[in-house]
Amino acid sequence: MEAEEARESGETRESGETRESGETREPGVAADPAENPAADPISLRGATATLGGRPVLRGIDLTVRRGEVVALLGANGSGKSTAVRSIVGQVPLSGGELTLFGTPRRRFRDWARIGYVPQRTTAASGVPATVREVVSAGRLARRRFGPPRKADRAAVQRALELVGMADRARDPVSALSGGQHQRVLIARALAGEPELLIMDEPMAGVDLASQEILAGTLREQVAEGTTVLLVLHELGPLEPLIDRAVVLRDGCVVHDGPPPKAVGQHALPGHDHVHPHAAPDAEPIRTGLLT
Amino acid sequence: MLEILDYAFMQRALLAAVLVGITAPAVGIYLVQRRQAIMGDGIGHVALTGVALGFLTGANPVWTAVAVSALGAIAMELIRWYGKTRGDLALAMLFYGGMAGGVLLINLSPTGSNANLTTYLFGSITTVSPEDVVAISLLAAFVVLITLGLRRQLFAVCQDEEFARVTGLPVRTLNLLLAVTAAVTVTVAMRVVGLLLVSALMVVPVAAAQQATRGFAMTLALAITIGVVVTLSGTVFSFYKNVPPGASIVVLAIGVFALITALAAPLAKRRAGRVAAAEERCTLRDDVLV
Repeated sequence: MEAEEARESGETRESGETRESGETREPGVAADPAENPAADPISLRGATATLGGRPVLRGIDLTVRRGEVVALLGANGSGKSTAVRSIVGQVPLSGGELTLFGTPRRRFRDWARIGYVPQRTTAASGVPATVREVVSAGRLARRRFGPPRKADRAAVQRALELVGMADRARDPVSALSGGQHQRVLIARALAGEPELLIMDEPMAGVDLASQEILAGTLREQVAEGTTVLLVLHELGPLEPLIDRAVVLRDGCVVHDGPPPKAVGQHALPGHDHVHPHAAPDAEPIRTGLLT
Repeated sequence: MLEILDYAFMQRALLAAVLVGITAPAVGIYLVQRRQAIMGDGIGHVALTGVALGFLTGANPVWTAVAVSALGAIAMELIRWYGKTRGDLALAMLFYGGMAGGVLLINLSPTGSNANLTTYLFGSITTVSPEDVVAISLLAAFVVLITLGLRRQLFAVCQDEEFARVTGLPVRTLNLLLAVTAAVTVTVAMRVVGLLLVSALMVVPVAAAQQATRGFAMTLALAITIGVVVTLSGTVFSFYKNVPPGASIVVLAIGVFALITALAAPLAKRRAGRVAAAEERCTLRDDVLV
């Protein structure tokens, strides 16, 4: 069954034109899926989920292969956030199967391999926290208990530098702009030195300067071999990085292949041009909507 | 001034006051961070039933209060998980049930009376027995161990629960542990501050400290400092003026809050102004699609 899966994904790879040629993949080589180094970081098959009695995912397949950068696109309410939140275990699946690095989700314990960047909420926490304190929380994925060691502090510092926030490390997060806050959340995920980054709308409400820094950070991570799954409202400055786009509509996959060019998500059917998450200045002006 | 240390009961009361001053803000900071500032109040109400149970059974009310309030705190935490729609009503039932149960049970017991209850509701400096001091010290040690020892883990859980779950932290266990620790803190504090005002000491020093601090660790340190200062000075004041210590401690804490707010507000304003001035610049965004 595993070999079957591997063959299947090998076939789809052709059309997806991914960067990785799949030389590490040898179908059926490892007996234990958990031991298989070539196991796909994310494999979602026939996933269904309901929220408040309403079906949000209606049987989606989503595979993210090692080293790939996959964008999950779709209009508001298409189920893209739910898909990502079900992958990290925050929304229960009512059907289908999910494996992470070849291990069924229920048995998966190796959370240090995953760096999660949740959708940024504007609600500030009650108690002040510095940028460094928030980023350090991400290191708990590597060392859950016990005092932080030198390597932990170094990883936090490195993550801060990667997103260009090292000079703000002692500032309270409440004093940051939306874009800076987003950079902090990404640094928090990077502090755990993950193999797979999962990001939910990392560009929503982010100013252009921060968008470019984030794109640069992501480019470095991808160059080092990090696998990325990100929910996007539009491709924007990340477009050159993206290997494959999966488009959701009403809880179903309607496209799985090369990213839609230039016009991005705005050209897709069902796009309703409602941007509740984005600050007005974060939305590029588009005059070619009708073309 | 130092003659008050000649009285053994005052030595015990002051020791208990210091322990309350440390433990209440140390737990309170996590509750405030999670926007559950009122939780201590709820546990205080439930603990009353525990105290009354102690009178009824002849056991030390501190230990029965620990047991009952810990159960109540766990129930509140479970309601937070599962009770999505009418969680507020369920919590209200728990609060009022705890209060009513306490009054009912204490009047049923042969030794208890409403006068006894008053010392638990508003605190008392003369009633901290040597046996209470031992219990309070042990419980306070537990609270300090959890709140300071698991500071990074509890911070992560209270700051962003969803993210904490994805790091693989045992979030449910940590939440339950925090609930039980809050319950233990309530019983540590009830002899000095009283059950009705214990929540104030969990919340007010934290609220005061965060007016002047920029980070979590600093807020925690300052809140504990404020906590110890107000519990000690409030207890001394109560000795001289013969008022319940809970009342003087909480009034002092609110005074400190007002003072820090008055001093810190202009500072914060200036800092915010500086940040805004440094960042508000126009950028030409050449990404118009034609």
